[in-house]
Amino acid sequence: MNVHQVDPNESKYSASATAFRANVDRDLANDELRDNFRGAMDYLMDKRKNAFPIEDELETLREKCKLIKQRCLLKLPQLLEQLEANLQRNGIQVHWAESITDANEIIAQLIAQKNGKTVVKGKSMVSEETALNDYLEARDIECLESDMGEYIVQLAHQHPSHIIMPAIHQNKKQVAKLFADNIEGFEYTTDVDALIGEGRRVLRDKFCHADVGISGVNFAVAETGTLCLVENEGNGRMCTTVPDLHIAITGIEKVIEFLDDMPPLLSLLTRSATGQIISTYFNMITHRRQEGDKDGPAEVHLVLLDNGRSQAFADEEMRQTLQCIRCGACMNHCPVYTRIGGHAYGTVYPGPIGKIISPHMLGIDATKDLFTASSLCGACGDVCPVKIPIPKLLLRLRKESVRKQSDGSPQIMHGQGAGRKTIEALLWQGWSIVHKSPTLYRISMFMLTRCRGLMPKKIGPWTTVRTAPQPAAKTLHERIKARNKATTQGAK
Amino acid sequence: MTQLNTQHLRSYPNKPAQVYLYGTCLVDSFFPDSGIDAIEFLEQQGVEVLYPQGQSCCGQPAYNSGYQDEAKAVAIEQIKQFPLDIPIVIISGSCGGMMRHHYKDLLADDVPEIEKFCDRIFEFTEFLVNVLRVKLNDKGDPQRVALHTSCAARREMGVHITGRQLLGQLDNVELITHDYESECCGFGGTFSVKHPDISGAMVKDKTKNLLDTDVVKYISADWGCMMNINGSLDYQKKGLRGEHIATYLLNRTTNNGEA
Ligand code: SF4
Repeated sequence: MNVHQVDPNESKYSASATAFRANVDRDLANDELRDNFRGAMDYLMDKRKNAFPIEDELETLREKCKLIKQRCLLKLPQLLEQLEANLQRNGIQVHWAESITDANEIIAQLIAQKNGKTVVKGKSMVSEETALNDYLEARDIECLESDMGEYIVQLAHQHPSHIIMPAIHQNKKQVAKLFADNIEGFEYTTDVDALIGEGRRVLRDKFCHADVGISGVNFAVAETGTLCLVENEGNGRMCTTVPDLHIAITGIEKVIEFLDDMPPLLSLLTRSATGQIISTYFNMITHRRQEGDKDGPAEVHLVLLDNGRSQAFADEEMRQTLQCIRCGACMNHCPVYTRIGGHAYGTVYPGPIGKIISPHMLGIDATKDLFTASSLCGACGDVCPVKIPIPKLLLRLRKESVRKQSDGSPQIMHGQGAGRKTIEALLWQGWSIVHKSPTLYRISMFMLTRCRGLMPKKIGPWTTVRTAPQPAAKTLHERIKARNKATTQGAK
Repeated sequence: MTQLNTQHLRSYPNKPAQVYLYGTCLVDSFFPDSGIDAIEFLEQQGVEVLYPQGQSCCGQPAYNSGYQDEAKAVAIEQIKQFPLDIPIVIISGSCGGMMRHHYKDLLADDVPEIEKFCDRIFEFTEFLVNVLRVKLNDKGDPQRVALHTSCAARREMGVHITGRQLLGQLDNVELITHDYESECCGFGGTFSVKHPDISGAMVKDKTKNLLDTDVVKYISADWGCMMNINGSLDYQKKGLRGEHIATYLLNRTTNNGEA
């Protein structure tokens, strides 16, 4: 099996993922940012809760959707071939990209063939993954984000901090200032409707003149060769119908087998993400413009990206990572994400899903601080609509991260063993020796309790925000021994 | 959060004459009072408690850190200490989750019939409610308390349900719900040491939410969380403290109810 090869220069994100600890310090200290996230996450959690008034129904639907995604993943290679055949038959060209560079090159070529100079883009996390905007801009192609959140983030020269709500880290005052600084003629206001109206006005103009529209895909139906796109602003429909060339990009795991698989997934997706029963827009694209159609692109292309996904696919346990439908519920409910926000992760996908998918994209070396940054509280796994056992996968990644390299163990992941530190490994070996021997354990606990007066007041990072606990004068083992003795003597 | 989590659902045996107590390493060396109190409470309910002196740690710290071979060696040793086919009552929800659920994965290839061992594991409050079906007689003065359940305890052992039920049986105790009650306190074992800043931000919020209530103490079935929360409260020089539910129940129902 081929382990995904990561070129550290390929993704701008691998460098920032290694800076996780510094990012955390920076963002924890930012009170405004923390307030923005707490407020937004509370709102989204509430929305989701109200969208599922009947727990049993939610549970049944989750189980059903888990099984749909697992079935589709089981047949992934075959479904991808079927999807390709049916799309081609419908007149939609399919392109395979193993790496993000491949994907960007394919897209740039398609644009060049049409002499395209301007692109409007609907919300697509996979295009964030490939850093498509930067790639195209370096080739003098203007690429404008048309989703309101993405537009704000692009204007601020930032990256999305949430996979559904890209600009959630900004409050309305910050957006108002951003608009005032960047949009000519904009008069400062914090009225949300006015802000959105202003953004729309700028974008509307661009839609009419863009050469190319780029979008993501939420579900790609193999049976019918249909690309499904969930969105709320209508910008996705504009991107996929107005320009003459439409290029869709998505990950290989988005393929589903039947059209009938889509409705339950869609229902769970929108309700888990924003608490909506259905999104405002739902697009199903099965053709390019046909004879007699009034609009629609003359050409439609789909770029299918691997970028480490087949590495996850090859392992039965980690394959579950690919069940993800990118609803964002796991981050909305994550106490770590709520504290540090999305940018601290330094990865395209932040939060719990980011911690389990990024190691496949960027390698363990660049991401080893991410999957340890979890208390394993399990909130993510409890809300995931397709029941990905996220805490279990975090444990698995920790295991791969500290895997001994010399023991001839199989190559499962790029960078496995990168998190192993000699001192730490020795400590755990010592710990194991003591705790598997009743005698050694009793001796060490005896020492600990007898030396309690010598316990340092400061014990590393623990005591930066807490006082140190005091060992007891006598262990439970000793006290029970004494107690049992007393009872038997008393009985005599 | 109200998601239906069925992981903790199971069938329960009749009341046994004898049980084992699993004390956990943390209680053994830092908080042995809770172990003694749990034994006294169980004895009062007419159950004999055996405490194998060979027990040490369930292996969770190493397991959660990725050192599964090291955890496995310790886990196998624990199983040997509990040969009789009687329930093993454990006074920590998260260690309970480790032994009841994670042992199945960890030891699947090493211990024949590991499922049988796992099925003998009961968290303390779960055991009181579902096996002993205790009826508590509250002898204490009126009091307002909060409940903090560890995340693993809640998810894997359903302690938020049984803990609530037990406190609900105490007539003079009013259980106050604090904001973000189900949110993690930030302990997470080695997480609190590997990522002290994030963990610190979490426990700060947890203590704030507890302090915002007017409770005299908070109750928990997990010393891991309480060591974290109490440590933070102490650091902030606040008087509020957590108390293990075994101690609390014992005191409320005996000793003229002084708790
Ligand atoms: S892992 Fe689950 S909860 Fe998180 S984004 Fe994916 S589908 Fe949603």
